[in-house]
Amino acid sequence: MKRARVAFAGAIHDAVDHGDKLLLEDGRTVSCDAVVWLPPLKPVAQARTVLALGLNYADHAKELEFKAPEEPLVFIKGEGALIGHRAFTRRPAGVKFMHYECELTVVIGKAARRVKRDDAYDFVAGYSVANDYAIRDYLENWYRPNLRVKNRDTCTPIGPWLVDAADIPNPQALALQTTVNGKVTQSGNTKDMIFDVPFLIEYFSSFMSLQPGDLIMTGTPDGVVDCQPGDVVVTEIEGLGALVNTLQGAT
Amino acid sequence: MTVTTTRPARLGTVYGTLLNFKREFACFAPQMGQLPYRAAPKAPVLYVKTANTWNPHGGHVALPANVPQIEVGATFAMVFGPEADVNKSLLATKTIAYWVLMNDFSIPHASYFRPPVKFKCLDGFLGIGAQRVSAEVLGDAAGVTLEVRINGALKQTVDFSQLIRNAETLARDVSEFMSLREGDALMLGLDCLPDGIRPLAQVGDTVGISSPTHAALGVLSNTVIAESL
Repeated sequence: MKRARVAFAGAIHDAVDHGDKLLLEDGRTVSCDAVVWLPPLKPVAQARTVLALGLNYADHAKELEFKAPEEPLVFIKGEGALIGHRAFTRRPAGVKFMHYECELTVVIGKAARRVKRDDAYDFVAGYSVANDYAIRDYLENWYRPNLRVKNRDTCTPIGPWLVDAADIPNPQALALQTTVNGKVTQSGNTKDMIFDVPFLIEYFSSFMSLQPGDLIMTGTPDGVVDCQPGDVVVTEIEGLGALVNTLQGAT
Repeated sequence: MTVTTTRPARLGTVYGTLLNFKREFACFAPQMGQLPYRAAPKAPVLYVKTANTWNPHGGHVALPANVPQIEVGATFAMVFGPEADVNKSLLATKTIAYWVLMNDFSIPHASYFRPPVKFKCLDGFLGIGAQRVSAEVLGDAAGVTLEVRINGALKQTVDFSQLIRNAETLARDVSEFMSLREGDALMLGLDCLPDGIRPLAQVGDTVGISSPTHAALGVLSNTVIAESL
């Protein structure tokens, strides 16, 4: 099942994929163009933990002139950075290098603490696509990547769907690509992750409890390029859908 | 006196601030031009204390078996209200729902190069006080002093007139790149002792934080225990 969360006709709804339309939880069928797409995540009782990986594909680590890490490079986002499918991301005035990052995102399904690798998939509710934008102009070598680079309003689109884990038998064999204005600029496969999903769930849950609705964004492969206001950036992962985002200038 | 009218229903994202005390900054300054840092930080150096770290007054903090001591980070935080628009109305009292004591525990770590998730985001590693003090009652945050006691013995006095970015400047500089939403919390910083380290506690210790200048903040007390597997 592909699940969405949308605003339609003055209210917020859970919805599911219904051919080329959306089926709302109240039984109405609506056009995908008639809704505002929100992050495909239900509200959670306490603040959502959003873990994000850096340098988790060998080719990207090479591209960024770092050797592959010996343990996961992880940073944390606030939930306020998230926006939905078909939304707009702001590029600040005067920056030189702002790039997308297409990332397989794991949505945790049940409380996880000291989970072993072999059991890890039992704790996954499903998967989504995130576009973890970065503005490299703001990089500083203090708790890098620092929040000014990675925790900006509108700079983490996620969606369109939360796809049930049962529909994705092997998340480590998914083709992934990004297009900018229709041209393919990033192409990879989740099989090339350095630290795979079971490893990450075991690693994080070894020292921190994860709760349903928490997110792990698993990093991005080679092929990031600068994007300008007006550019339409589509991050797509096989079986999960295409997340559309448009850059706009600062207002 | 501690009642506030704009109390968020729940905490949002809790942000901490590194290198915001003059002494802490000065102790680290000799390393700042060297690798891997290359330069002193320009923007506020922030990190997140995830929800699994939140621990009430009186709660136990479990220390992993391979970690002999835990670092104490005595501070207090502004928690933002529903109208937290610090760009337009800098720390007008309506934007701060309340102030609250926090103890930002860490596994000691010498490098500030990578985000400190595995040092700071362990379960229970953020003590949060029970007393919520309105902005009107607290007044100027620079007038606050905190005392840290371990098993009753005074270990540190933290003077918040010694911040590099005061509360208003910190909130403004952070909000330049991200919104501080209702329920989000922003800690002012963690000072070190004259020798450059922060107070350390071990299994069995009870760590108490209180304010001789602002009794309304109450006492935040947490006891360090051994993690049980």
